[in-house]
Amino acid sequence: MAKQIDLHDVAHSELEMRSRYTTRVKACSSTACLSAGAGPVRQALDQAAEREDVNSDVQVVPTGCMGMCSSGPLVRVEPRGAEPTMYAQVTPDIATRIIREHVVVRKLIDEHVLDEDQPFFSRQRKIVLGNAGRIDPERIEDYVAEGGYQALAGALNDLAPEEVIEIIDDSGLRGRGGAGYPTAKKWDMLRRAEGSPKYLIANGDEGDQGAYMDRTIMEDDPHRVIEGMIIAAYATGASHGYIYVRAEYPTAVERLERAIRVARRQGLLGRNILGSDFDLQLEVRIGAGAFVCGEETALMASIEGRRGTPSLRPPYPTEKGLWGQPTMINNVETLANVPAIVANGAEWFGEVGTAQSKGTKVFALAGSLVNTGLIEVPMGITLREIVFDIGGGIPNDGVFKAAQSGGPSGGCLPASLLDSPVDYESLRKLGSMMGSGGLVVMDDSMRMPDVARFYMEFCREESCGKCAPCRTGTVQMHALLDRICEGVGRRRDLQHLESLCRTVRQTSLCGLGQSAPNPVVSTLDHFRHEYLDLLVPDVSYNGTAPSVPPRPQAPDPAVTTKGGSR
Amino acid sequence: MAEARTAERAAQGEGHPSGDERFALLDKTLRKARYQQDQLIEVLHVAQDLFGHLSEDILIYLARQLKLPPSRVYGVATFYHLFSFTAPGRHSATVCMGTACFVKGAEEIVQQLEAAHDVRSGQTTEDGELTVSTARCVGSCGLAPVVVVDGVVTSHQTAESTLAHVGEVLAKEPTEAST
Repeated sequence: MAKQIDLHDVAHSELEMRSRYTTRVKACSSTACLSAGAGPVRQALDQAAEREDVNSDVQVVPTGCMGMCSSGPLVRVEPRGAEPTMYAQVTPDIATRIIREHVVVRKLIDEHVLDEDQPFFSRQRKIVLGNAGRIDPERIEDYVAEGGYQALAGALNDLAPEEVIEIIDDSGLRGRGGAGYPTAKKWDMLRRAEGSPKYLIANGDEGDQGAYMDRTIMEDDPHRVIEGMIIAAYATGASHGYIYVRAEYPTAVERLERAIRVARRQGLLGRNILGSDFDLQLEVRIGAGAFVCGEETALMASIEGRRGTPSLRPPYPTEKGLWGQPTMINNVETLANVPAIVANGAEWFGEVGTAQSKGTKVFALAGSLVNTGLIEVPMGITLREIVFDIGGGIPNDGVFKAAQSGGPSGGCLPASLLDSPVDYESLRKLGSMMGSGGLVVMDDSMRMPDVARFYMEFCREESCGKCAPCRTGTVQMHALLDRICEGVGRRRDLQHLESLCRTVRQTSLCGLGQSAPNPVVSTLDHFRHEYLDLLVPDVSYNGTAPSVPPRPQAPDPAVTTKGGSR
Repeated sequence: MAEARTAERAAQGEGHPSGDERFALLDKTLRKARYQQDQLIEVLHVAQDLFGHLSEDILIYLARQLKLPPSRVYGVATFYHLFSFTAPGRHSATVCMGTACFVKGAEEIVQQLEAAHDVRSGQTTEDGELTVSTARCVGSCGLAPVVVVDGVVTSHQTAESTLAHVGEVLAKEPTEAST
């Protein structure tokens, strides 16, 4: 039998180890900061600490994402018993100065200090990302010291599976993948399903462009995902779990695999978890680049090693899923909420958010904003607060034009809707959706039909080809949008486009096709005049024919096809 | 890396009957996967890492090993974007076409790259030096637009800066980056 981890012992000795250092210097080592040069920065920190001979007093900790990716690489200095200081745009030179001046002689390097009281940080509320940027994601001890795996231990010792589901139900947690289905309902369905074994899948196939919430959670706090999965499996009776991760996220795969290995060695996975009679096997499965695999039936096909094409529901996965067995698929962010809810109670979680949408949501904030990065905000916050308070507004005195949420399945929100709250119901009513959490802000230099064409090209490329409405509809819609954007579209093209949007939405097999028209429909709703302005005027009744540009040649698929060849 | 390991094995006299040591590594992966058919995608990833791309021979080999019809292996391999069936160029430039990068002008970068090197996105130049491609989102949206050159992410790119950087990389010693 695997050795059982003693959580209190580990937490205690980790905290004691930390207290031996007078200063802890945290260096963001997330993907965004690494591409901005965080690697050499960390080296410089280590070397400077050695040179200044403060090695035994200073601990340099590589951490996950600190949030404000546009100001990376970020470094946070945390002296014992004093206020922490965050530094932005750190170079190896500045890193050396941080050690030499801030750490050794306690003199701040003012010009690089990042104010942590600014709205970007103060308006956030961190639950899922509580540890991101604060702990070393590769060390389980760090996670345990922050209270990790306590929720699991509590659930295994004191709660029946039904009671765990009850807590989740009371908390009002809903699926963070976009649709917002009540999590407890899904869990209950799997619990009641007949058949064995039952499977649990964490969906980390984050395919929306401009979205990297799940990636950050998996990379920065892998044990939180694993703990959430173990609790979910315990509550539902699942004995096997898979974490399905995009192959484009090698760091996430590596960290999850390492975390699983460590957890298994510590008796947190495998047989008799933490001395109970509950068993769970966990495995990472890697995708290979297919957006449609985020759809749950397609995802299961991919795990089975087949083409990732969706299939008709019902039967729902909880009845007949992976290899015909009852299966439940939860988004990574949903599962990452679970340990905090079980540890702190449903009431605590319900205090954040709105009546219908509880808790927080992680957004990847990108586009024309002063501050871009990863944020976690309470549900119900208004778009205006996100864009202007947290995002810092549009750079270069630009004008806000629209925010796109939900990626290729979502829609655009214009300036007139800036004061609408961000929650599941409000966004759906406005023709957009929460989506997985990509939020791209556009200034008035963007033409909205171009944006719609961009998303349609994506859907056309990613359509799996199984059902005709999506396979051919996305091609035709893209061709029509292409004509309109190139200035040779006519009124009739727009009519065709709108009717196709309806058809594809109503008749496609899976979510990809059903939501593919959303960007077109929502930009038409809010920015119809931009489409109309691009149309070639029809022959008017006074007999003067307007000049008509020649019809374009049929688009050459090889020219317009971007990305992979299929 | 594969080559170094291959040489090591050859020195120890553990040859693979095919004469190509990469197959020994592929076999090891297959054994580790216990020849389970649902591990096809994982095995394809390993094969592509070892051989650079998936040739017809490799696909047939995997089909036999996993006791799957070749049509199934081919069908799965061609379904997913990340598998490639032609040898990659010595260098690669991948332009991120995620929304954030698109909003900040990634399309212009792709067009200029294509024009400058007379190659289409997803293809390799005739001399086998450069593969130009686009990616969905590399997850560095705060740094948009992003171009990944030979695996290194470069941020806040313009068409000019990308062309200059790619030119530099191409001018480097060819042995350095060869795989």
